[in-house]
Amino acid sequence: MSTPDLDEFIAASARVLALPADPAWYPTIRFNLEVTFRLAALVADFQLPDDAEPAPVFRA
Amino acid sequence: MSDPAEASALDIARAVREGATTAGAVVEAALARIAALNPVLNAFTDLTADRARARAAAIDARRAKGEQLGPLAGVPFAVKNLFDVAGLPTRAGAKINRDLPPAARDSPLIERLEAAGAVLVGALNMGEYAYDFTGENVHDGPSRNPHDPARMTGGSSGGSGSAVAGRLVPLALGSDTNGSIRVPASLCGVFGLKPTYGRLTRARTFPFVASLDHVGSFARSVADLAASYDAMQGPDADDPVCAARPAEPAAPTLAAGLDGLRIATAGGYFRHGLSPEGHAALATVAAALGVTRAVAWPEAPRARAAAYVITCAEGAALHIDRLRTRAKDFDPAVRDRLIAGAMVPAGMVVQAQKFRRWYQARVLELFRDVDAVLLPATPCTAPRLGQDTFTLDGVELPVRANLGLYTQPISFIGLPVVAVPVPLAPLPIAVQIVAAPWREDVALRIAHALEERGAVRAPKPAGWSPPPGGGRSAA
Repeated sequence: MSTPDLDEFIAASARVLALPADPAWYPTIRFNLEVTFRLAALVADFQLPDDAEPAPVFRA
Repeated sequence: MSDPAEASALDIARAVREGATTAGAVVEAALARIAALNPVLNAFTDLTADRARARAAAIDARRAKGEQLGPLAGVPFAVKNLFDVAGLPTRAGAKINRDLPPAARDSPLIERLEAAGAVLVGALNMGEYAYDFTGENVHDGPSRNPHDPARMTGGSSGGSGSAVAGRLVPLALGSDTNGSIRVPASLCGVFGLKPTYGRLTRARTFPFVASLDHVGSFARSVADLAASYDAMQGPDADDPVCAARPAEPAAPTLAAGLDGLRIATAGGYFRHGLSPEGHAALATVAAALGVTRAVAWPEAPRARAAAYVITCAEGAALHIDRLRTRAKDFDPAVRDRLIAGAMVPAGMVVQAQKFRRWYQARVLELFRDVDAVLLPATPCTAPRLGQDTFTLDGVELPVRANLGLYTQPISFIGLPVVAVPVPLAPLPIAVQIVAAPWREDVALRIAHALEERGAVRAPKPAGWSPPPGGGRSAA
């Protein structure tokens, strides 16, 4: 994602989530999102079957 | 017990039981060391001196009446300030939490240690809300490394590492979500135990990432680590994650030796970015154990990535109301990570949790062929306080996020680990001994064997001289 796209995402997400993201904080928030999205892509690249169970299992 | 600062927890307890000293004298000596050293180390944020003196007096009164004393009689200990201590607001390293009402009751782990005779003397500095690997805290100041107060303790249990390495107390509790016991144990040069996920109750501790949070202890000897662990085990209905299995004491088998244990190292990811000191520490430990076998650890980088994604999203979910109402009272670095975490799409988190299940199954297959794996604990020795980046394998990376490079893939699936300090000069660095789930006894046995062979120990910080009264002060 480009910097303007990410900044737009941050601004929209902050409005939707009612988070007080001051534009002065955007560079650090953007940096953290870039790292997280890069690492999430590494996880997403790993092919798992549709019936793969997530780790936390609720037990009634 | 010639030097109370150097005495182990078990030596103190024996001396108190035998009447060679009193719990009162031990506690006064600990309080004196804290008064002398904490202005430099900044390990303690709260002292419980009155409570400690009263408790010590009760222990001495029981002995005078001929009553049996517990295995940790008179042993001073302290806890990371995310453990509830009756009468104190549970800071969790945060300015915001200081507005909480005082805790009504101690954490059960404090209750269990005190039931064994230990004496709580205070609460310890930590990174804000445990989202930290450095030991720095903008509200309370950084905890400082006793081997060089200009260097990081590691975090987030920074005060715990500093207090034990600095000889303020022989025993401390911490928490570990992604490495927060093992990183400070490595940088401060003490032993740290992160038990199996669900082994020790987390009730009445301030959470961070519920699906990853563990609690454990720091000590300067393996026997002390095992004694504290044994005193804290057992089910607890107040923590739904705490296993319903009975206590499985590790101390009785500590000296069982290495016979029958299959131990290996792992290369690949766990060698990338490792400093020469980290390589030297691993080689020392492997040589002392005669380990030549190496195993292929599956998908460690992806496991670290998935742990990272779950951490930022779950952590953000925990704090979202505080972010909305008190954003400016957070450490800015923590705040911005949490705000970013609140924006992570749910699909990424679910995928990380699915991967986690797959990864756990593969790693458990590995443990059919080995009983323990030796891994580095941190990429390097303690960085300088305020240092933002370091260079690993020629790549400049942020210190804060990368000190836990080698610890995250392990806590991600809740494996038990003992971090053992290798006393390199001028700064120590630890190795992780990783065992199969519920086999803390195996990791502790190996750690004990290494200690017996002289390969690992909690080194005495250089540059300190004893002040009047038997304590230590900064040179």
